[in-house]
Amino acid sequence: MSKPQKQIHLAAHFPGVNNTTVWSDPAAGSHIEFDSFVRFAQTAERAKFDFLFLAEGLRLREQGGKIYDLDVVGRPDTFTVLAALAAVTDRLGLTGTINSTFNEPYEVARQFASLDHLSGGRSAWNVVTSWDAFTGENFRRGGFLPQEERYSRAKEFLATANELFDSWQGDEIVADQATGTFLRDAKAGAFVHQGRHFDIHGQFNVPRSPQGRPVIFQAGDSEEGREFAASSADAIFSRYSTLKEGQTFYTDVKARLAKYGRRHDQLLILPAATFVLGDTDAEAAELARQVRRQQVSGATAIKHLEFVWNRDLSAYDPEGPLPDIDPDVSDEHISKGRAQVRMYRDPLAVAREWRELAAANNWSIRDLVINTGNRQTFVGSPATVAKTINDFVQADASDGFILVPHITPGGLDPFADRVVPLLQEQGVFRADYKGTTLRDHLGLTHPDEVREERVAS
Amino acid sequence: MSSSVSDSLHLAVALDGTGWHPASWREPVSRSKDLFTARYWADLVAEAERGLLDLVTIEDGLGLQSSHYGEPDGRTDQVRGRLDAVLIASRIAPLTQHIGLVPTVIATHTEPFHISKAIATLDYVSTGRAGLRVQLTARPHEADHFGRRTFAPLSLEELRTPAGQERVTELFDEAAEYVEVVRRLWDSWEDDAEIRDVATGRFIDRDKLHYIDFEGRFFSVKGPSITPRPPQGRPIVSALAHQTVPYRLVARQADIGYVTPHDTDQARAIVAEIRAEQEAAGRADEPLHVFGDLVVFLDDDASAAAARRERLDELSGEPYTSDARVFTGTPGQLADLLQELQAGGLTGFRLRPAVLGHDLPAITQGLVPELQRRGAFRRAYEADSLRGLLGLARPANRYAAA
Repeated sequence: MSKPQKQIHLAAHFPGVNNTTVWSDPAAGSHIEFDSFVRFAQTAERAKFDFLFLAEGLRLREQGGKIYDLDVVGRPDTFTVLAALAAVTDRLGLTGTINSTFNEPYEVARQFASLDHLSGGRSAWNVVTSWDAFTGENFRRGGFLPQEERYSRAKEFLATANELFDSWQGDEIVADQATGTFLRDAKAGAFVHQGRHFDIHGQFNVPRSPQGRPVIFQAGDSEEGREFAASSADAIFSRYSTLKEGQTFYTDVKARLAKYGRRHDQLLILPAATFVLGDTDAEAAELARQVRRQQVSGATAIKHLEFVWNRDLSAYDPEGPLPDIDPDVSDEHISKGRAQVRMYRDPLAVAREWRELAAANNWSIRDLVINTGNRQTFVGSPATVAKTINDFVQADASDGFILVPHITPGGLDPFADRVVPLLQEQGVFRADYKGTTLRDHLGLTHPDEVREERVAS
Repeated sequence: MSSSVSDSLHLAVALDGTGWHPASWREPVSRSKDLFTARYWADLVAEAERGLLDLVTIEDGLGLQSSHYGEPDGRTDQVRGRLDAVLIASRIAPLTQHIGLVPTVIATHTEPFHISKAIATLDYVSTGRAGLRVQLTARPHEADHFGRRTFAPLSLEELRTPAGQERVTELFDEAAEYVEVVRRLWDSWEDDAEIRDVATGRFIDRDKLHYIDFEGRFFSVKGPSITPRPPQGRPIVSALAHQTVPYRLVARQADIGYVTPHDTDQARAIVAEIRAEQEAAGRADEPLHVFGDLVVFLDDDASAAAARRERLDELSGEPYTSDARVFTGTPGQLADLLQELQAGGLTGFRLRPAVLGHDLPAITQGLVPELQRRGAFRRAYEADSLRGLLGLARPANRYAAA
């Protein structure tokens, strides 16, 4: 008997503040005006996507001591946009990236519980951590966290937030006008948490929300990050979008679930993915090449090289050869406020490899960055892209994808109009929403049922 | 200053749970089971907008509501629990078109950087109708929810002692600094900073983004904000004030102060004190609204209003008292009172409906038409932004080169 087909989960990542987003295209709209978010969210909901995803960064990126000006700069507040989007959508999940370093559990738990009430059970929290004093300069607490403690704080932050979400059971509000009993229990919301990072107690003031807790996402990739996800997350926002890497990651993380008493289907793996569609595969490939050139201008290419070289390379011609000098490997990095600051672990080796590549292909600096940078994940005709996505999911490289269009706000439309119907025809993607909450869409059990299961077993 | 019609007044409504009387939730008209739904709040604000009101404020707090000043009361016979006010405002914004949305933010335990971008974003999602009402908390049990500061117990009696006053002054100074940081962050992007210059590949002109480099007694914040300058430039800042120290916060930092005079002489004295503080702060030439706060029981028949108040007092087991004057009567009588108080220098009022389900429609369908008949209130929304409704110009950016 053949394995039943897995259902694909799809999400829409609002284009971010990096060079994947092409702002120079005539079709590119505002990244701030609410209309752009409405348009984007309504396309995702029309296509029956599981959720919309917002990233966050709490300090504007800098390179060489100056605010980085070549990519989209600026974004609105995550919670505020998601709450407003709840008014113009009905079923779409609303996932926000919220930092566990520059916030406090009581406040974040209030915000997510409120968002969950105000959206009828559609909220999700992508828990991220940071440690840098650079971002800390925007906050009253400053950059107090040693790097090695960021996961320890994140874990305790999430555990504490869960204690707050669980401090209301859901049956406390009676609101009986005749008898005058509003609350069943004066101790509703009572909590005590004593730990290394948080020592708090009192009463939480937001009653149990429709989903009990927001759906929890985790995005880190380190050993600690994977354990954190296996123990505490409902889904992982991963970066492995090729078949082989995806399968390796998928197997690794799912294998970690058992020791936390969790089932295989209680953690979804959802890599970020970009796409370029054309009428034919050849047309899509040509379009993808053009998009890469838009994403990597000459100035952007130099900045990317500076990122590895850790030097001011502004004197170099992007259409010319790579620098002869070696990268500066000192601890101080010229780029600040980027998530992927440590992506190139050995800059000297990267530089050597790139010089060889450039020489072998006769590439300029810009050619090199175009050809080695983040290529589009899915390039092809709608049929090709639909098939590739389905093959990935059925081969357990992922449970679906978080799609990142390169144009705001209309970049999702071609996917919604041309790829989604094909997936629906194949019976691997919903034709309509079956439930109302994000947990329903993702097939995740409500925390109350999990609790009951554990009590029963 | 406030309007082209000199005797016209501004009207706000303060939203809190099912209303300001602690037994309000027991009235059949109160949808007490719906309190935690978006629809409940959407319906209230839609009613306020039908009445052409300037704005609604939304109460908030970092602990359960309590009938005691400085500690939880353990009661189960009153509304307990609430949703985050900024998120309620944001959830309502796309459903309304004209009315100002002014959630409460608590300065004491939160980050000005977060609140600045949240209110800027509320201004974007409402296309220019955002404000905030800044509040502080000296309650020790709320400090325990954050675990980063310890506050000694505080009662209303202690509050009146010199030591109590010193503590409160410190918290107000912190709040003033907080608002200063929030407002500087709003200005940290010039309006035309986003240039999208394809020729040079630059999305922004970074010379038009500014580090605020704020170093104060309570905060040091670098900036710039991650959110560009909002549609109103600077959303409206408001605060409730009962005495000199908070009057100073209003005078230094606010666009609207809510005050609680019980008669016209008191109104006159309070306005004079705020104006003097405003001058001392070097803001004499800046417009500053002073709104009177009133709790209202409103019925077409004065005796019905009084009976309603009595019935609610009976349900709660004690006569209702408030920091603000409590009005019981008809729309005509309330219009008389508002105009009388207005003569003391108030430019508007923030009404606290005793029972939202009853007194809010009584305001919009009774008081508002009465004021309109007297030529004392707008007959249509005449502006697209909250600043516009309040007659306040869009402020220049403090960082922009002149």
